[in-house]
Amino acid sequence: MISDAEKKLLIRGTQVNYYFVCRTKLWLFSHHIQMEHESDIVELGKLLHDETYKREEKSLILDDLISADFVRKGKLLEVHEVKKSDKIEEAHFFQLLYYLYYLKKEKGIEEIRGFIDYPKLRKKKEIRLTPDNEKRLKKVLEDIDTVVRGDFPRPQKKSRICRSCAYLEFCWA
Amino acid sequence: MTRKNYYILTDGILKRKENTLYFINKDGKRPLPIHSIYSIYAYSSLSISSQVVNLLSKEGIPIHFFNRYGFYSGSFYPRETLLSGDLVIKQAKHFIDNEKRLKLASDFVKGAIFNMKRVLSYYGLDNNMDTLLEDLKSCKKITEIMNVEGRARADYYKLLDEILPEGFRIGERTRRPPENMANALLSFGNSLLYSTIISEIYNTQLNPTISYLHEPFERRYSLALDISELFKPIIVDRLILYLIKKNMIDETDFEKDLNYSLLNENGKRKFVTEYDKRLKKTIKHRKIGRKVSYKRLIRLECYKLIKHLLGKEKYKPFISWW
Repeated sequence: MISDAEKKLLIRGTQVNYYFVCRTKLWLFSHHIQMEHESDIVELGKLLHDETYKREEKSLILDDLISADFVRKGKLLEVHEVKKSDKIEEAHFFQLLYYLYYLKKEKGIEEIRGFIDYPKLRKKKEIRLTPDNEKRLKKVLEDIDTVVRGDFPRPQKKSRICRSCAYLEFCWA
Repeated sequence: MTRKNYYILTDGILKRKENTLYFINKDGKRPLPIHSIYSIYAYSSLSISSQVVNLLSKEGIPIHFFNRYGFYSGSFYPRETLLSGDLVIKQAKHFIDNEKRLKLASDFVKGAIFNMKRVLSYYGLDNNMDTLLEDLKSCKKITEIMNVEGRARADYYKLLDEILPEGFRIGERTRRPPENMANALLSFGNSLLYSTIISEIYNTQLNPTISYLHEPFERRYSLALDISELFKPIIVDRLILYLIKKNMIDETDFEKDLNYSLLNENGKRKFVTEYDKRLKKTIKHRKIGRKVSYKRLIRLECYKLIKHLLGKEKYKPFISWW
């Protein structure tokens, strides 16, 4: 069965990212209970976005769902996402994969490559939308849909990731 | 960076130049960098321009206004950016469903009584707060809950009078205008706390007008009134007792007439300085495992309420554990 989210992609890049970080965070964010406005870490991320790759063309924002940090146009379209650290690599990987998938499916752009840039680590990772990756992503999108439609999931246990999360006080107070 | 509360007590002008606010009064010009402001409390006559309002709105900074008697007149509540339709519906559902409303209303009163009890036992005052907590359990109506709350507070003030020096006894609780010095302090402190809570609610997705203990149509931000019941004993009352007991405040800090007593500018200054110190004071939070300020405790209360409204985690009112 094709979920609604799948029929018409209405999932935000951030949601794909949060799916790998924490289900509670994904649910709250999706229900507009957002906490990031006071987070120093989010602020830092914005600074990083503003202060690196200044020569590049600015962000790619599409339909309020996609917001890649910058694109490079050549024979291939390069979509870049800038991240602070590679601690939650899987989340970054699927977030960018989703951007590529969205561009292909909704905008018909196929000649495309994705890059995750870690300027602080002087590292760069290339990502491609292979049939296999696409299959994995579809499964993720369906799961996101299920989580978001379900009841509010409480986090099961405090993990390392909670320490730097904007929702820490919300979840554990 | 932690943002600060600014308390303005002298007449002046608030001006914007680029992204900095300046407060100008007879003593000169003082910059208030926009990113360092959390809320502004205006106790004097203050001229502001629309540019200032626009900047405050952009940065989500509320400004609370008080008239020259120190009574709350209103807030500039910036455009809401944290909206969750989902949560608002759930907030309303908990109001409409009588059982759900009763649970929250009595939780607020329960917390309030527990916190009053804490203050009383700190001063070694024997009290009957436990009986009142017992009475609360059998309440079936909001009016009955309100009644218990009223009785608790009356008893509590009476007990506090036993330890207060003669000139500072509360006696009968009088508002608008407060008839003696203790009442003036209570009124001033309570409206200050009320505004602080409005600022905290503003930073969450809660709708400030949907309340449970107080009627939502009673006053504009009645949810702040609900939450303030919990924090009045711990923040305001303790502060007042401290100011009186340490002789930090005396008759010269008041403006008096036959039928009223109000804090004068000097008195207000002492009060807000100590109040702000208290808001910043931290305690180690058992569950979060981090230091949390009193001000932040109010925010955490909002979060707990949100979790309750969303289901899965029952609300437990804040009860001081120290």
